[in-house]
Amino acid sequence: MSATFLFLAVFAACAVEAVEALTIVLAVGITRSWRSTMIGVVAALIVLAALVAALGPALKLIPIDALRIVVGGLLLIFGLQWLRKAMLRAAGIKALHDEDAIYARTRAAATDIALAEGRLDAYSTTIAFKGVLLEGLEVAFIVLTFGTNQGNIGLAAIAAAAAVVVVVVAGVALRSPLSRVPENTLKYGVGIMLTTFGTFWGAEGAGAHWPGSDLAILPLVAVIAGVSIGLTAILKRANAAVATEVV
Amino acid sequence: MLTRLQAAWAWIYDFVVGDDWRLAVAAIAAIALTAVVHAAGAPAWPIAPAVVLVVIVWSTAHAMPRRR
Repeated sequence: MSATFLFLAVFAACAVEAVEALTIVLAVGITRSWRSTMIGVVAALIVLAALVAALGPALKLIPIDALRIVVGGLLLIFGLQWLRKAMLRAAGIKALHDEDAIYARTRAAATDIALAEGRLDAYSTTIAFKGVLLEGLEVAFIVLTFGTNQGNIGLAAIAAAAAVVVVVVAGVALRSPLSRVPENTLKYGVGIMLTTFGTFWGAEGAGAHWPGSDLAILPLVAVIAGVSIGLTAILKRANAAVATEVV
Repeated sequence: MLTRLQAAWAWIYDFVVGDDWRLAVAAIAAIALTAVVHAAGAPAWPIAPAVVLVVIVWSTAHAMPRRR
């Protein structure tokens, strides 16, 4: 697999997670207390760094084929989940993941809880901590799995860091939820990528030899993307037909 | 304590399995079948893509709105 492909896959997947974390942080920071929110963010980053430092090197002790089976299986499950949701959203069957709505909900919930003046706001700290830790764990998982499988954790980490920096800079510049990012399109692409890599690594870990080796990823992406786009078009038509019937 | 364990389990289930359990089962089946076919000495690479394509169709077909 080319380095460009690895970089793009990790960048896109991590950008989605960063958008979700930033939405939570902005909503709580703006409505409650930036100081308490940032304490939560920093605490989550410290816990995250400790977890990665403790668990990351352990991955190198596991035989590569066993790692590929586990990682490939998990990526395949995640990829299929993302792809299914993105297809249903694109077809109008499932509501779009709306960062504006999440931002408004988080903001309303935060405003409802009384804020003690001058004291550390436990609510802001906890919400920011949980949001950053959970999304951060997903970023760490993406970096470790993609990086270890391709023997290039450094590039995967650079791609993840670039995604987080781009999203945070954009978020701070806009000071509003990143609803301008076409999230479902991004998730659709990430779903296709994760499904492809999961299929490729899972099968390779189980002993399969792909014709053309790593080059097999290209037709695999094309087939999965083609089938899912075709299916989405069918779902869209079926959904529209049912909606017309109901009206 | 029990509530926390239940919440943790619910989070892990949602994180790993998600909305449709068929996808998780199919992913495991695809890899297991590949291992079996490879052990039997046959080319095993087409198994996983075939299972993936079938389960995408199957899972989304289940989510399709039904006519009354």
